[in-house]
Amino acid sequence: MSEEHTHIVPYKTFAIVWIGLLILTGVTVVVAQYNLGAMNIWVALGIATLKSGLVVAVFMHMKYENRLFKLSLFAALAILAIFIGLNFFDVLYR
Amino acid sequence: MSDVTTTATSERGFFDEGQYPGIFAWLLSTDHKRIGLLYFWCIVTFFCVGAILGLLIRLELFAPGETIMGAQTYNAVFTLHGVIMIFLFIIPGIPAAFGNLIMPIQLGARDVAFPKLNLFSWYLYITGAILAVTSLFTGGGPPDTGWTFYVPFSAQTSTNVSLAAVAVFILGFSSILTGLNFVTTIHRLRTEGMTWMRIPLFTWSLYATAWIQILATPVIGITVAMLFAERIIGTGLFDPAQGGDPIMFQHLFWIYSHPAVYIMILPGMGVVSDIVPVFSRKPCFGYKAIVVSSLAIAFAGSLVWAHHMYTSGMSDMAVLVFSFLTFIVAIPSAIKVFNWLATLYEGSILLDPPLLYALSFILLFTIGGLTGLVLGAAAADVHVHDTYFVVGHFHFVMFGGTGMAFFAAMHYWLPKIYGRMYDKTIATVAWAVMVIGFLILYISMKIVGMQGMPRRYYDYVPEFTGLNQLATVGSWILAVGLVLMFANIIRGIFKGDPVEANPWGGASLEWQIPSPPPMENFGEEDPVVTHGPYDFTKAGIL
Repeated sequence: MSEEHTHIVPYKTFAIVWIGLLILTGVTVVVAQYNLGAMNIWVALGIATLKSGLVVAVFMHMKYENRLFKLSLFAALAILAIFIGLNFFDVLYR
Repeated sequence: MSDVTTTATSERGFFDEGQYPGIFAWLLSTDHKRIGLLYFWCIVTFFCVGAILGLLIRLELFAPGETIMGAQTYNAVFTLHGVIMIFLFIIPGIPAAFGNLIMPIQLGARDVAFPKLNLFSWYLYITGAILAVTSLFTGGGPPDTGWTFYVPFSAQTSTNVSLAAVAVFILGFSSILTGLNFVTTIHRLRTEGMTWMRIPLFTWSLYATAWIQILATPVIGITVAMLFAERIIGTGLFDPAQGGDPIMFQHLFWIYSHPAVYIMILPGMGVVSDIVPVFSRKPCFGYKAIVVSSLAIAFAGSLVWAHHMYTSGMSDMAVLVFSFLTFIVAIPSAIKVFNWLATLYEGSILLDPPLLYALSFILLFTIGGLTGLVLGAAAADVHVHDTYFVVGHFHFVMFGGTGMAFFAAMHYWLPKIYGRMYDKTIATVAWAVMVIGFLILYISMKIVGMQGMPRRYYDYVPEFTGLNQLATVGSWILAVGLVLMFANIIRGIFKGDPVEANPWGGASLEWQIPSPPPMENFGEEDPVVTHGPYDFTKAGIL
């Protein structure tokens, strides 16, 4: 575990991810110009998921953590998904 | 439980070993037992305040019309009764008090994983409690929304809901941090030989509870923060005129508050699971099944929140789905009840006070649980929703369940902590009086509820007078039992006969060290565990 703690990420990686995030922000702005109908929300959520994934994996070091941490994150996300998902039984059918 | 070598440093154990003088030995202590006792006495105090408010509610309802208070006061009193009992007594009750007192010892640990964080959690609890009390006397007067803070009323009322929301937010953090502390402790601080399948069931139940505390409590924090924003800056999150959704508040509220029901009941089930084998002199029947059912309740219980909302206006599809899911929770709950009964079956039963309180838990929880299924069935719920049937139901599970388990834990573990025994005869009489009062009070509520008396109302039609008067008389009997029980416990703490290390013949680790336990629980060497927590033969008890 101490190896993960001392893991040093090179600035280059940070810079690449940062540029990637900026590009994705640009994509969000560009896509917003077009009306994709029902796909609007999916595209926006998809880009947002990708961006937060990058932040969590690299900036928050999840990529370099051990399995327990990854599992904890996954459990939290899965439970959030279940909470939101079950709400749709109400919202979609009201 | 095994080879425990302890050197009792003093007769009064950890009481003589405070790091700081006087009151600071308590206020600055990071010892889990002292923090546990801080919680215990605060929780008992709040319980007494909540109980007095409950008695006042019953007194007001003794006759139709105004009896002892006006309508606005009545609204504030029942709100306060709910807020105190839920947030200050029953949620922290068993985990924060007895979890802190006993759980590290059961694991063979010297303290919890983060002792300073533990003390901080207590300060958060006290801060939240003080703010909740302050909300009564400041702003626009005491909150009158009920403990559920439903919008749109809570967003509009001029009473001091904002401060109460802040109090709930802070209390939530106390709960989250305690959960985090317990999960870490159970994972990291088990002594040698304390495998997962040798953990006492009380600690197992705390483990399941702690996960709910960590995962669900943030949701109530977010919800009351949103309510706060709605009141202060009018965000419109719950206002249909601004594109918001009032039913979404109920979803968010119950996403926490239903799992919170299991935060309340699971530790109670853990207490009963620990007590029943000891007083039956038999290993716990289906240990693994109880462990798995605790985890199953924690998980499945998180998926059923909208069964509080069948009549809220949510979609019929959601009503169906949540009604179905609700029935699933009954399965692990029933597994536990059957396992307790199977443990008792053909055991050498000792009817000491801890077992009596545990038995009343099983009876009252079962009645409460089965009436819960009536409410879980959507078609039946439509008829009894928001009636006194519901009030009767949740008092059966919460007070008859968790409350009785709290009292069982008190009678089981306080002699260990204080090293003195209460009068068992008085404890038994108090128990009998309480159970009689309890049944009269809450069965009357269930019946009057089925007859159609709505909950939360200040007044009722004259036809309901008889049952309401019966309920109020029941509340007096219950109160007599409570006073007798607490007086006996307090007298026992000061003047009771000294007890040896293992007065009940338990096989888990807390019974292998002196009463009261010494500072850091175990002597020079950590204990080594060689058998399960209910293996009375190997422990040399049988």
